[in-house]
Amino acid sequence: MCLAIPGRVEEITSDGPIRMGRVNFGGVVKKVCLDYVPEIAVGDYAIVHVGFAISKVDEATAEETLATFRAMGVLDEELATEEEAFARAADRPQSNCPDGSCALPDSATSTEPQLLGKKYRQ
Amino acid sequence: MKYLDEFRNGEIAQRVAREIHAITTRPWKIMEVCGGQTHSIIKNGIDQMLPVGVEMVHGPGCPVCVTPLELIDKALAIAAQPGVIFCSFGDMLRVPGTDSDLFQVKGRGGDVRVVYSPLDAVELAVKNPDRQVVFFGVGFETTAPANAMSVHLAKRRGLKNFSLLVSHVLVPPAIDAIMSSPGNQVQAFLAAGHVCSVMGYWEYPPLADQFNIPIIVTGFEPLDLLDGIRRAVIQLERGEHHVENAYERIVSYAGNLEAQRLLSEVFETTDRAWRGIGVIPRSGWKLNAAYRDFDAEERFHISGIRTVESPLCHAGDVLRGAIKPGECPAFGKECTPRRPLGATMVSSEGACAAYFNYGRFLSFEQLAGAGR
Repeated sequence: MCLAIPGRVEEITSDGPIRMGRVNFGGVVKKVCLDYVPEIAVGDYAIVHVGFAISKVDEATAEETLATFRAMGVLDEELATEEEAFARAADRPQSNCPDGSCALPDSATSTEPQLLGKKYRQ
Repeated sequence: MKYLDEFRNGEIAQRVAREIHAITTRPWKIMEVCGGQTHSIIKNGIDQMLPVGVEMVHGPGCPVCVTPLELIDKALAIAAQPGVIFCSFGDMLRVPGTDSDLFQVKGRGGDVRVVYSPLDAVELAVKNPDRQVVFFGVGFETTAPANAMSVHLAKRRGLKNFSLLVSHVLVPPAIDAIMSSPGNQVQAFLAAGHVCSVMGYWEYPPLADQFNIPIIVTGFEPLDLLDGIRRAVIQLERGEHHVENAYERIVSYAGNLEAQRLLSEVFETTDRAWRGIGVIPRSGWKLNAAYRDFDAEERFHISGIRTVESPLCHAGDVLRGAIKPGECPAFGKECTPRRPLGATMVSSEGACAAYFNYGRFLSFEQLAGAGR
């Protein structure tokens, strides 16, 4: 949650005392506070963290970073709606006891890679 | 390596990697502080492109991972109270407290909401005057300006039903603590680009001087990371130690002064406990006296919290860079992303999750010994 995602400023509005805008992150549009980047204009790119633009950035860097984060799979997480965030959490059951002793290895899941290390970690 | 081929810049990356190989004459340990960079390094196989002996040590820069268990338990206690709307970022939902998490609190009837921005929580407070809205504000310097603005606006609007459960942690004191810890082996740092976009890098030269360490400000793209590593190795090989900015596209020496101004209006420096590491003096921010009324810990007197850390979980050793995730006995057995024992396995920025998701089950040394 420390990543700032680059996006293009599509609109600048005033929301009472603070400067707000709509920023497009490769197709997902969010309402973003622009108070920390007073020099920003419509058409500029900014890096945005938890709904706040923290720095202006050139278009080439923005596209490059966006591609990197998309490949890392963190875009979906950063820009998730509330429903998506809860759906993701629902998919990750937790052990019920604090020491984890009731958590069994998840060998039932097909995504579990082979444990290479078994014979080396006796 | 297999991921880097997908990048348009695969060839340039290979060239930078070859240069690193050409200049390296001995082993070096370089720590990347930021969890986002850890994720990128593992996902893109950057550590595997480096010469044998040039090792990336993963630092404590995952805010979700270093949030103390006691604070998670406080969050769970507040979120379970009737009349409370508890707002958080999505990545905190599954972070295990002593015996529950926010997701389970919601399942038991707590009003837990995921917001994109802390300003969404302020809006909820305006729309629900009969409810207490609490925002769970954890994070490094990158996240602090957002939380500062939310509480600043709440004060300006005279909101009596908005508060922050806030625990900010800072990178420079963490570097100091890691370098000062007995048995430390880290010889250079990659500083986190987005933290520095807010704070600048004026805090780093004294650390570079005091500990004789190169510190390179860098970004998250494979090329940025490789370039940062290359610059660190050049300095190490020459016996130099200064601060370099390898992320000039986004980071300036002074940082974002607008953000820093509001930070100093809202926060003051405090000692902070880091999960798995312990208390680091003056390593965090808390709300200052002018904003004390908006501190959820003051508003909700939560007592009787007894935390129990899992004895199986070695997240603290991982966060300090003392062990690699694969060296934890629970890794991939009792502890997986689907059933995490510690926060380092929950967060996508956690080193354990990165290692698990990209199939890193052994340390580099073990792999080397296994006749790879």
